[in-house]
Amino acid sequence: MQWDIVIGLEIHVQLATKTKIFSGSSTAFGAEPNTQASAVDLAMPGTLPVPNEQAFRYAVMFGLAVNAEIGRRSVFDRKNYFYPDLPKGYQTTQLDHPIVGPGFVDIDLADGRSKRVRIHHAHLEEDAGKSLHEDFHGMTGIDLNRAGTPLIEIVTEPDMNSAEEAVAFAKKLHSLVSSIGICDGDMSQGSLRFDVNISLKPKGSDELGTRTETKNLNSFRFMEQAIAHEVERQMDILEDGGRIIQETRLYNGDRDESRSMRSKEEANDYRYFPCPDLLPVEIDDAFIESARVLLPELPDDRKARFKEQFGLNDYDAGLLSADARLAGFFEETASHGKDPKLAANWVLGEFSARLNAEDKTVTQAPITGTQLGQLVTRIADNTVSSSGAKKVFEALWNGEGDNADAIIESQGLKQVSDTGALEQMVDEVLANMPDQVAQYQQETDPKKQKKMLGGFMGPLMKASRGQGNPKLFNEILLKKLKG
Amino acid sequence: MHNKSVAELSRQLEGGKISSVELTREFLDRIKAEDSQYNSFITITEDQAMADAKAADEQRAAGNASPWTGVPFAHKDIFCTNGVTTTAGSKMLANFVPPYDATVAANFRTAGAVCLGKTNMDEFAMGSSNESSFYGPVTNPWGLSGSGKRVPGGSSGGSAAAVAARLVPAATATDTGGSIRQPAALCGITGLKPTYGRVSRYGMIAFASSLDQGGTMARTAEDNALMLNIMAGFDPKDSTSADRAVPDYTATLNEPLKGLRIGLPKEYFSDQLSPAMEEQVRNAVREYEKLGATVKEVSLPHANLAIAAYYVIAPAEASANLSRFDGVRYGYRCEDPQDLSDLYTRTRAEGFGSEVKRRILVGTYALSAGYFDAYYLKAQKVRRLIQQDFINAFKDVDVLMSPVSPSPAFVQGEKTSDPVTMYLEDIFTIAVNLAGVPAMSVPAGFVDGLPVGLQIIGNYFDEARLLNTAHQFQQVTDWHQKLPQ
Repeated sequence: MQWDIVIGLEIHVQLATKTKIFSGSSTAFGAEPNTQASAVDLAMPGTLPVPNEQAFRYAVMFGLAVNAEIGRRSVFDRKNYFYPDLPKGYQTTQLDHPIVGPGFVDIDLADGRSKRVRIHHAHLEEDAGKSLHEDFHGMTGIDLNRAGTPLIEIVTEPDMNSAEEAVAFAKKLHSLVSSIGICDGDMSQGSLRFDVNISLKPKGSDELGTRTETKNLNSFRFMEQAIAHEVERQMDILEDGGRIIQETRLYNGDRDESRSMRSKEEANDYRYFPCPDLLPVEIDDAFIESARVLLPELPDDRKARFKEQFGLNDYDAGLLSADARLAGFFEETASHGKDPKLAANWVLGEFSARLNAEDKTVTQAPITGTQLGQLVTRIADNTVSSSGAKKVFEALWNGEGDNADAIIESQGLKQVSDTGALEQMVDEVLANMPDQVAQYQQETDPKKQKKMLGGFMGPLMKASRGQGNPKLFNEILLKKLKG
Repeated sequence: MHNKSVAELSRQLEGGKISSVELTREFLDRIKAEDSQYNSFITITEDQAMADAKAADEQRAAGNASPWTGVPFAHKDIFCTNGVTTTAGSKMLANFVPPYDATVAANFRTAGAVCLGKTNMDEFAMGSSNESSFYGPVTNPWGLSGSGKRVPGGSSGGSAAAVAARLVPAATATDTGGSIRQPAALCGITGLKPTYGRVSRYGMIAFASSLDQGGTMARTAEDNALMLNIMAGFDPKDSTSADRAVPDYTATLNEPLKGLRIGLPKEYFSDQLSPAMEEQVRNAVREYEKLGATVKEVSLPHANLAIAAYYVIAPAEASANLSRFDGVRYGYRCEDPQDLSDLYTRTRAEGFGSEVKRRILVGTYALSAGYFDAYYLKAQKVRRLIQQDFINAFKDVDVLMSPVSPSPAFVQGEKTSDPVTMYLEDIFTIAVNLAGVPAMSVPAGFVDGLPVGLQIIGNYFDEARLLNTAHQFQQVTDWHQKLPQ
């Protein structure tokens, strides 16, 4: 049987405010447990929440960035349940009057298609603390530093039909919230967390199947694996004639297995009701404008500009515009390099590969866009060969010189483009390889000839100590071998 | 000295007739000698009080005193006090020492007042007789010679009894459904529940957040004004507090009442009120007519729905507000919990008393899936109708007058077995909390030797007029000066 996969996402995004959503405590990550928990965060008796205006502004910025309606009357509700890392015994969240209403995000897929994913709404809420189950000899430690960190929970419509689409959406959202500066985007620290709702239905059917929710996926790779895993699990059950149980599941990425956390029957009755400690917040035009002026260029707009301004293809423009810091680095490289497409190749190729290999972010890179741009210029004007350029890049990365020109000079990487000198080298090499020359000249298949040509390049580069311009060598060889 | 009002004591201190140290000593000695018969205090902070009194005397000597500098008073044990155990009348918080002051407590500290201790109260302010306190019931100083000890009313019964017994000249209190006005009436003192939002709730342990309001208890309206002067005002720590100017409430006490328009809500002069009580209230209204006020009957058409709406909304909010008492971070924790569920269930089963549990259960039920619309939402709609009743009434009159309670102080144990009978104690006070308007209880006579209170209800933020109205009455009557025994 053929199945349609239906996926909706819920994404928790930690807002990059300096202080918590309802108290003045710091939200910085990594402090000693419970050193960033005030009387309010600890839910001491009589303490009261005071809303953080910046969290509202960030939420409105998100709404504007996803083309959404802004909720003019924002109401907080209490979601009641007991858990040790939930100090008040309820989470302050928004149920019926969220700050961000319906909107949408367009995603690009590998086959060139574009797809619109609708946002159902996004609401403001507070994060819980953390329960620490290790190091306490069978007991549980509670760290409330995270309790009260502002979140927006973004809920999509079930508009995605494959793991690829879901991951593309997740990456796009990650790019969006980091680009506009409302989230630090650090998924390893839980700054973005994804819950995936998945159901299957017979191909073409209009009726949605029963869904499961897989919670707390904090990497794109785990998300992709978890979706594949869950689709397969559901498919096995359905094809054996079974029924899917509506439930919340936890996925273990290290073992690629999932288990049921709770079924619908076991789910809490959260007894939502409007929080009487917080008055409804009226969002007026002036406030929305105060958020709009903070919005930087959005990734989609940047992508269009990169295509237009630098003549990049859709794919490269998409990759370079997704991350604001990478985009900034590219723009600096391109402005100092003669050839923007070559600059794009180097930023996406050598530079990105090196960051990945060393697990560094763009801001941690030891070279600047200006330095890379200067190198790109020297490649474009044939001063240095591409293999020589890799050596220059290596040297710049390792801090063995301030700029490309100085390194080319000191390491003798300047490409020889003097045709007289190159011709002389070709003559000498060909004279030493009479058999190969004869073989080449007898060959009639141009493909094989082209391959054989490579056999002369090695000795030529050796003769020129790597500094001969390969393009010129090639031209001279062809001329000479024709006889 | 202990029979003097705050205003008089303040003048004595200012004139150098007495020091705060002497005054504080006298009141502390009275508490020690007399409170065993009332049980109005949970905690007495003798050492801190004497140190504060000494500091107050130094401040007066240095010439920068406020009217409150050196004046003794007490806090209801619902206001968090930095470094002093704050129990809310519950076993759950028997060991709880807040590391912060409620804004109200900080205000009194800043004014230089000397806190003598924390007064007894119904557990988490849930009760109308002060019999639900983990620290034992409070006895009303009135009616001691009768057939049985009488309740002081609740939930601010400790504050009311302490003021009536002249163990302190003034005490803070809170009112969620009548918890200032009813005990003030039953103990023959003057109490004010301000407009919701007039006094900060920060550090005031929550019962029902949309109804709770801190207020004042003293023997005279003037003393209530002096208290409100330092309690009222916007607090950045309480986003439901009102950001509007605070007048000097003593400045308008002597305004004449000629032309004051009084409304008598007919729903509050019903069968539930005994004829003897009604007579006292009507006599008081006649005093106002003598002072030049006009009187007309008005209607609060939805008044009969107030108790039902209140007993959905207040328990619903309480059920969430009291979730934090889980044995994890502070307060009572059961012995040797086996697992998380055991920790929660035994901590809460052992730490809360039966009235608190009853309200948590009622509130949880009202908010549950399938019941929310029929109970909570319906109650909120009723609440809006009740608010509108008051808004309409104040289009025609300046203040409303009514009884505070259907009967005077009853004998301890008389109503504890029937919660609904107890809830009806607040039949005339609860609508005021649902609407959020301010109201006072003013001593207005006696029935069978027990005090009767007159309720004066004002428009939103009209506390100055209420205090003026009460003060003028106290210039021509002496009910507030009657002493028990």
